[in-house]
Amino acid sequence: MNNPGTNRTIREAVQRNLARRHRRDRRLRRLGLAAILLGLGFLALMFASIATLAQDAFWQTRIQLQVTLDPQKIDPAGSRDPQRLRQADYGALLKQALRTRFPGVRKHRDKRRLYRLLSSGAAYELQALVLRHPERIGQTVTAWFTADDDVDFWFKHPRSAGTRLDEKQKHWLAQLREAGALARFFNLDFFRHGDSREPELAGIRGALMGSFYTILVTLGLSLPLGIAAAIYLEEFAPRNRWTDFIEVNINNLAAVPSIVFGLLGLAVFINFFGLPRSSPLVAGLVLTLMTLPTLIIAGRAALKSVPPSIREAALGVGASKMQTVFHHVLPLAMPGMLTGTIIGMAQALGETAPLLMIGMVAFIVDVPQGVLDPATVLPVQVYLWADSPERAFLERTAAAILVLLAFLVAMNLAAIRLRRRFERKW
Amino acid sequence: MTTTDTLDDPRQHARFLSAVDPETGDRDGAAAESTPPQTVGRPFLEKKVAIRTRDVDVFYGDKQALHQVSVDIGRNEVTAFIGPSGCGKSTFLRCLNRMNDTIEQCRVEGEILLDGEDIYAPGTDVVPLRARVGMVFQKPNPFPKSIYENVAYGARLHGLAAGRAELDELVERSLTRAGLWEEVKDRLQTPGTSLSGGQQQRLCIARAIAIEPEVILMDEPCSALDPIATARVEELIDELRRKYTIIMVTHSMQQAARISQRTAYFHLGRLVEVDKTDKIFTNPSHELTEAYITGRFG
Amino acid sequence: MSISLIVVLLLMLSLAAWWLGRRAVIGMASGDPRRLHSLPRYHGYYVALLTGLPALLLLVLWLGLDEPVITRLVLASLPESLRNLPESQLSLLVNDIRNLATGNATSGVADPVLQQAAEHYRRLLGISRLLPPTALLLLALGGMALGLKRTHPGHRARPAVERVVRWGLLASATIAILTTLGIVLSVLFEALRFFQSVPLADFLFGLEWSPQIAIRADQVGASGAFGVIPLVAGTAIIAAIALLVAVPVGLLSAIYLAEFAGSRVRAWVKPLLEILAGIPTVVYGFFAALVVAPLVRAAGEHLGLEVSSESALAAGLVMGIMIIPFVSSLSDDVINAVPRALRDGSLALGATRAETITRVVLPAALPGIVGGVLLAASRAIGETMIVVMAAGVGARLTANPLESVTTLTVQIVTLLVGDQEFDSPKTLAAFALGLLLFLITLALNVLALYVVRRYREAYE
Repeated sequence: MNNPGTNRTIREAVQRNLARRHRRDRRLRRLGLAAILLGLGFLALMFASIATLAQDAFWQTRIQLQVTLDPQKIDPAGSRDPQRLRQADYGALLKQALRTRFPGVRKHRDKRRLYRLLSSGAAYELQALVLRHPERIGQTVTAWFTADDDVDFWFKHPRSAGTRLDEKQKHWLAQLREAGALARFFNLDFFRHGDSREPELAGIRGALMGSFYTILVTLGLSLPLGIAAAIYLEEFAPRNRWTDFIEVNINNLAAVPSIVFGLLGLAVFINFFGLPRSSPLVAGLVLTLMTLPTLIIAGRAALKSVPPSIREAALGVGASKMQTVFHHVLPLAMPGMLTGTIIGMAQALGETAPLLMIGMVAFIVDVPQGVLDPATVLPVQVYLWADSPERAFLERTAAAILVLLAFLVAMNLAAIRLRRRFERKW
Repeated sequence: MTTTDTLDDPRQHARFLSAVDPETGDRDGAAAESTPPQTVGRPFLEKKVAIRTRDVDVFYGDKQALHQVSVDIGRNEVTAFIGPSGCGKSTFLRCLNRMNDTIEQCRVEGEILLDGEDIYAPGTDVVPLRARVGMVFQKPNPFPKSIYENVAYGARLHGLAAGRAELDELVERSLTRAGLWEEVKDRLQTPGTSLSGGQQQRLCIARAIAIEPEVILMDEPCSALDPIATARVEELIDELRRKYTIIMVTHSMQQAARISQRTAYFHLGRLVEVDKTDKIFTNPSHELTEAYITGRFG
Repeated sequence: MSISLIVVLLLMLSLAAWWLGRRAVIGMASGDPRRLHSLPRYHGYYVALLTGLPALLLLVLWLGLDEPVITRLVLASLPESLRNLPESQLSLLVNDIRNLATGNATSGVADPVLQQAAEHYRRLLGISRLLPPTALLLLALGGMALGLKRTHPGHRARPAVERVVRWGLLASATIAILTTLGIVLSVLFEALRFFQSVPLADFLFGLEWSPQIAIRADQVGASGAFGVIPLVAGTAIIAAIALLVAVPVGLLSAIYLAEFAGSRVRAWVKPLLEILAGIPTVVYGFFAALVVAPLVRAAGEHLGLEVSSESALAAGLVMGIMIIPFVSSLSDDVINAVPRALRDGSLALGATRAETITRVVLPAALPGIVGGVLLAASRAIGETMIVVMAAGVGARLTANPLESVTTLTVQIVTLLVGDQEFDSPKTLAAFALGLLLFLITLALNVLALYVVRRYREAYE
């Protein structure tokens, strides 16, 4: 009955199209590979461009000057009272030092240009120095002072056309460089200072502390609430319409645009309850509401992965439902819940849009001391600096991004480690 | 528990190994009805052999799933693979059309010859191979398409039909041969998944025979069906035998006895014995086979 | 007395109550726990809960409500003429009274009526500050006494405690509902106030958006510059560009990872792609403004096209990259949910892998993929930082992706960032936009979840 003729024609037909079909197969495979490479390439490009830009911000150019600490100008009465010392005109001393360093500069306009080489923060540095060592008043001290951001840029990129310095200033700087009085230092101030209008003085301390307090509030609220809600929904909730409604709600909330949570925070927490604007407290509340759905969903998944046999065993020896959950199920589900929490916190740490709504965009120099102080957070600081025209601010933006990403990567790695360590095969 | 005794007694193992191991290759041509039972079974005339395997080993990662399987499959016969679960019969079946390729960890060694060509030879294209060796799975798996499209799928892929009319004819012919035409001819455009389980399995058979394979592999084709549907499919298999070579894995010894001409018994990754079905079921040469068919384990 | 001190005090009282309750019941049972209904520590919990919980609830209530209540009371005591001021001036007035009461400078000359009101405000505030410590402590002690009185060996303390915990759990779960309710009510409420000055039809169908004209309240109705169409169009263009990037790239990545890649490649590439999803959007925004927008512009100039420096194209491209991992992980899920049996069925008929994917896997996964794309679209529409940093603020009704357009989210940010009074029509407009945004994304999410759920059911 077998019909070799038919079989042969079929085999020929199959052979005929084979090359074309395999070509298509390879094409789809290559397209897929290209898509992945595109995504990863973009990731690499983004990291590379941000890291390149950021590296300058971690180094700060300083100018070495010999400053005469004239007692007449600092503390004529000789009381050495810190209050008194604080009020002295240190800017004038620095100007004097610059004039001494470049005695050839005579014209008023040139002097102004000369002064501009130093950052306006240099006076505070001198003040701090004097306050630390009041015994040196009357002596001539040699110290490094923060240079202006234009000087900083010129020193790092001498050939770049982007500088705003004029020829004379460049000449003076070249002299300083020859004398070894112009050098790069690690920019510790970037981590010690709050925001500033002067890029060379601006730092992320304020934003870091703001983020810290915000995450503290978020964690403190969302962890217990998220765990409690997950326990209720997974272990206690009766299967009824109310529970269904809560579930649908949580799923939908997880996909509501974050900016809408900002509107909620503005209308409810600030305008209705009168909580302080720009405060980490309000930010934490808003981010709690935003991350809760994520936490609840992760928490439920963790509880679901605990096999029913554990519950049956506990109930079987006479534990109440509540005791079963809190003594047996919850400890086993905890690593999963914590993993979800860390991921939720990472999300909250990187969130910007809702915080713009609650006034965190204000320019705040002081480092916040508590959850009620006006503050900004790291991602909002990035947004604020990204808008500035000065290149030094762009560098700092990129550096702040690197710091932010470092935190996020650390958190995600912690989450992965946690998951790996407690991964259980039932 | 006699079962465990049989399986775990090292002496039993040793005996059973030596029964399987003897060299097997060169006896097929020699017409020797009197040859004692052996792995390759009753010798064939060379042209009656559809598939011949020699010393096939299959590994999943480090674990060896099949050891030295050598068997000849006769043309236009139903060969049944039986044995306890996990004995490797499905694994072996999936080697015959290289479906094991889709499992990353899986490695196959040895020789599998289809009409004398080694299907595992380097450079072998699995696409035409699978067009020649069709497969029907344990659970009916019609595509989420219409009945018509399910049957036409293979023909469309391989470009077997020149036009709509030819395709219609091919679909009708395949469905008729699978005994499904009368039941579905009025609803060819309804989804294949809307059919009953038995109908779905016959649809899958129609799908497989639409591209005129030489061999059809069936992996427990009736295990998900009720008795009536099973009877229907069994009848169909018996009819298909005239045109195709059929290899069937089955859990049911009755089924093997009912529809196969030859039966191979697998145990713990080894082929213990293969012979005419009546012989296996009335007078098996190996005690493991006997233990299995008398229901001492399984 | 500061609030943290009150809280600490209450916690200490509760701790004491726990100890007292536990000791009392052990004493009653003469040290034999078998004579108790519940373990001693549950009796302790019972008394502690009665001590701390009502007081803490009252504290929270007071913290939330004292300001609004006092403000209402003060306003009610104001003369008729002042009470009938329009909303926006009234809030200014309240501000003034508050500032007067706390001794800060005010914006105008302090007239006697205001002085009086401020005095009233200060007095009420004083009462309110005094109330909590005394009332809370009394409440806590009363609770403790009640709890101890109820304590006896047969007291069913554990079920009672568990009931409270259960209610606490339910309350936590209900927060999700409250959040949704809060969003809907707050946004809806402010939006309704906006629609009192700008007709709904003008808002929904107006072709022009220029909220700057409406800084002065009396111009709102007349200006008619609150037409939302250009914003919706701008949002749609950017979201469409984003989807044009993200859907093919994400889908192809998912196909490659699910069907072609070996397990080792998958183990490396998947987390790397997930990094893309974990990067804060502000970083994408910075990158879009700094690198991509100039690149797009330069490329356009090279081709002789005029490209705005805030083109929709640049913002859309970066947004697309941002949602690639979103699309790919959702697609990966649905592709993997397609039963292996279908793939095997196709491969066993001699189909190539590509044929199996395009003819069997994708059609079967299509509903799930559509659901994923809808969710991605909702993401793109609600995304804020990228567009705030890389798209324009000027509303322009155009279909040209090389021009600058603005979006709903950009306008919400522009309207609310700055120092306007909260009740100005500008800020209210932001809430109307927020409501629209919420409704659009909600509709997409509900639809997507429905499609995905239907799809899941089909394979379970």
